[in-house]
Amino acid sequence: MLKSSEQDVQKVFTRRALVLAGAKLSLVGALAARLYYLQVVEAEKFELLSRDNQFNLELLPPIRGRILDRNGTPLADNQDNFRVEIVREQTDDVALTLDKLASIIEVQEWDVRRVLKDVKRKRAFVPVTVVENLSREEIARVAVNAPYLPGIRIEVGRSRRYPFGEAAVHVTGYVAAVSESELTGDPVLELPDFRIGKNGIEKSHDKAMRGTAGQRQVEVNAIGRIIRKLPGDEGQPGEDVRLTIDVQLQRFANERLSRGQANRLPTDDPRAQAALGQASADVVEAHIDRATVLVDDDGAVVEPESGAAVVIDVHSGELLALSSVPGYDPNPFNHGLSAKDWERLLSNPRAPLNNKAVTGQYPPGSTFKMLTCLAALDAGLASADTRFFCPGHLELGDTRFHCWKRPGHGWLDMKAALAQSCDVYMYELGKRMGIDKIHAMGKRLGLGGKLGIDLPGEREGLMPSRDWKLATRGVPWQQGETLVSSIGQGFVLTTPLQLATMTARMVNGGFKVKPTLVKRPATGGGDAAATFESTGLDPRHLEEIRLAMSEVVNGDRGTARGVQGSEDDVKIGGKTGTAQVRRITMAERLAGITKNEDRPWAHRDHALFVGFGPVEAPRYAVATVVEHGGGGSTMAAPIASDILREAIRIDPLRGGLTRRGTPAGDPLQEADQQGGSRDSADRG
Amino acid sequence: MAVSSFRSDGLNQPELTFGQKLASLNWMLVLLITMIAGIGFLMLFSAANGDVYPWAVRHAIRYGVCLMVMVTIAMVDIRFWIRSAYIGYVLVLALLLLVEIMGEIGMGAQRWIDLGVVQLQPSELMKIALVLALARFFHGVSYEEVGNPLTLLVPLLLIALPAVLVLRQPDLGTALMMLAGSGAIFFLAGVRIWKFMLVIAAGLAAVPIAWQFLRGYQKQRILTFLDPESDPLGSGYHILQSKIALGSGGMFGKGFLKGSQSHLNFLPEKQTDFIFTMLAEEFGMVGGLAMLGLYVLTIAYGFAIAIRCRSQFGRLVAMGVTTTLFLYLFINVAMVMGLIPVVGVPLPLISYGGTAMLTMMIGLGLLLGVSIHRDVRIARSGVDEE
Repeated sequence: MLKSSEQDVQKVFTRRALVLAGAKLSLVGALAARLYYLQVVEAEKFELLSRDNQFNLELLPPIRGRILDRNGTPLADNQDNFRVEIVREQTDDVALTLDKLASIIEVQEWDVRRVLKDVKRKRAFVPVTVVENLSREEIARVAVNAPYLPGIRIEVGRSRRYPFGEAAVHVTGYVAAVSESELTGDPVLELPDFRIGKNGIEKSHDKAMRGTAGQRQVEVNAIGRIIRKLPGDEGQPGEDVRLTIDVQLQRFANERLSRGQANRLPTDDPRAQAALGQASADVVEAHIDRATVLVDDDGAVVEPESGAAVVIDVHSGELLALSSVPGYDPNPFNHGLSAKDWERLLSNPRAPLNNKAVTGQYPPGSTFKMLTCLAALDAGLASADTRFFCPGHLELGDTRFHCWKRPGHGWLDMKAALAQSCDVYMYELGKRMGIDKIHAMGKRLGLGGKLGIDLPGEREGLMPSRDWKLATRGVPWQQGETLVSSIGQGFVLTTPLQLATMTARMVNGGFKVKPTLVKRPATGGGDAAATFESTGLDPRHLEEIRLAMSEVVNGDRGTARGVQGSEDDVKIGGKTGTAQVRRITMAERLAGITKNEDRPWAHRDHALFVGFGPVEAPRYAVATVVEHGGGGSTMAAPIASDILREAIRIDPLRGGLTRRGTPAGDPLQEADQQGGSRDSADRG
Repeated sequence: MAVSSFRSDGLNQPELTFGQKLASLNWMLVLLITMIAGIGFLMLFSAANGDVYPWAVRHAIRYGVCLMVMVTIAMVDIRFWIRSAYIGYVLVLALLLLVEIMGEIGMGAQRWIDLGVVQLQPSELMKIALVLALARFFHGVSYEEVGNPLTLLVPLLLIALPAVLVLRQPDLGTALMMLAGSGAIFFLAGVRIWKFMLVIAAGLAAVPIAWQFLRGYQKQRILTFLDPESDPLGSGYHILQSKIALGSGGMFGKGFLKGSQSHLNFLPEKQTDFIFTMLAEEFGMVGGLAMLGLYVLTIAYGFAIAIRCRSQFGRLVAMGVTTTLFLYLFINVAMVMGLIPVVGVPLPLISYGGTAMLTMMIGLGLLLGVSIHRDVRIARSGVDEE
């Protein structure tokens, strides 16, 4: 009985043990099957996921191309931005290390607090920036003390630098952080340090200067620490853009333009102090961190002028200076401008953000008169000898059109009419040929349309015609409007760039030069005939105009005879212009306000001057607009002639003329010391 | 009588001498176990990025100590174990209770007792103590008695007491392992099949009720298991990374010390619960299957030992230990492959951890002991010879 029970138990055990073993075997089989599924069937998918885990793609931002002037002086380059970082895990006491650092270089209390907060939030191996933009001397001091600064390290980044600051800002533009709307899906744009061109050449040549990003794989662990960096593609640095601008002339033009008729005095000069002593609190505050003060002849502080000046090579169309004042410093945009500073730039009535040379549209005033004459000559309706009598006005219907000289000029031929800027003479020409001939001539000389300059925001100006008026206003053209147009008023609008181009086309033998800002290897060696098509104008007519423009400056009765200069000075020609912004109202007349200076700034006339030089063999043309500057003769002509003569003086092809000394710490001098080509070019 | 009672005289067996016992020790099994522990050493070396510290060296030392414990246990007469089965059970139960009380007093949820040298987890030891206690009980009952439901009350109580204590810790994995292991012993002892059916049915019916008693993280683990992609950075992260590691290992693996998932810390707990993943990442499916093969061989030896044993106690102990080994293996490997929810069960002899190794080696010592004493006849009472 017991034995049989024992056997029963063993039999049951053996049978069930086999069942259990079978169950276990099949479960292990399931494990093996699962292993096969994961490691063979799905292997590829998991292999990808594993690589995803293991490697991160790191983008290496390309070095942005520089902007150089015609002599190779950098207008925009990349500066090493040295910064000091701290890595929490490498130091026992972050606060103590920062304390020690602060005894070596200047560390703001505010920065210390920020760093202490940041290191707690970030992972122990993530570096936190303590101070940026360190000088080489500060870096050296930190490096020497490195053994006593555990966890501190020096890193180099790059930031955009504009050595000439606001002098060239309207050409260079600036770079700033990429905004949401500029994201194109290119991952390089999403790098926190990446900068994109927002204005000027930086914007128009952004793609070329950007280069292509390199990339490499970085092995990271689960918490993001970089384990290993794999070699990768270095990328392609951006291209340098070489401009036609001569930064020395550019800076001269800026300074001259903003000075106007005043004198620039150092702030610590006694006369400057005296002037500031009488000025209002606002003015004094505005001058606190300025090195110089503008003081007029009466000893009063004056605001810098607002305006534009363009210098163009009449044969090649290369722009040597494209100046617009006031400007602004492009450097702070790199790190982001404060809202307050941005607001201040926007609200400034002199519109520092606008590049007035290409976006400012002004009535050309009397600078338009050569065009009126050329149109009449070209149409065969007048010759240089055509004479009109100027009684001081011209009657048309029941309207009387005045000459600026109320008593009248008397009998004048074309040369005298241009030299003395007679309005009635132009009315007579306009009356004979009608607006459409003037319109056509304007188009041939580059007005009323974009010239295709490499800058954002270029404006078209306006050359009115019958069709234009009917199409836009819905009313027919009036003859009186032709008269007004023939003296560059009324509907006519031009940009300073267009005026410079117009002048160049008049004095270069009649070729349609196009203004360019960027040096291109194949510009026909500066020979307009080889590069540009002809305007089709009769060279004899152009000769008449050129001589008349010389007469404006060099004639005894010329409106710009004040800028004739001495015997030794280069002979230049030109034309003054005064563009009315607002008529003097009857109310003002009654109040005794007839003079420009008595009116509020924004109501005053624009002062214009277009010129060229040397008269015998024109090389450069200049156009200058001083917003609300008053008279063309008194304000614009002196500025323009100074700029023009400076352009001729520093022209390397003229030789023998030494460059003006540049002050210490000047970016130009730095460039020279770095082996710039400028000196050799000058001596050549 | 008292002296002769130590002699098995049924078949006129003489008492085995120490030398005879050592000679009849199943050396193949010892070799297998050592090979598995050797794999553990290699993987722990890799887990420390190619360093014997901090894990591999201690693993080797522990194995050496446990090996001596195992052989010693194997040498001890099997009748000593049947006599001490209940005492051992009560002692380990007392330890479990102690841990429970210490937790209550305010040390938080604790699973171990700090002995200074090692941290002892009574719940691990209970797995073996329970096997011994149940084996002793079923050794003493006939097949007919097993058929009587009332007979089963005692062994059910033997299971219930530790299971409840372990559940309270809370350690669902260990509790379920105890239940499964005990279930296997019930099954082998001849408990009628319909009773299992009944229990399984009742168990399924109780699932919704049991759900209420699960802790938040336990519920979360089960939910995550059911839909791992629902929370790839939270609870599902571990299992997802484990699957990536396994899958990317492919057929032949990434090479020793070259598992990117493991070495870059994407894989959690690679020195303990997820060590199989690391092995399969570095040695591929080939390595994984080879390791499974070693375990299957070990289990097969256990099965053979059980079948050849002449006492029910020995048979049940052998199968009980083997089943415990199997459950460790299956739950761990199935868990890291995403087949079952995440439960903290180590891979026996390979994962780093003292108590688990000690438990397994005690069990294997008993298995070897059963092998040596396979022909020893043991009385029903467990004390007297037949």
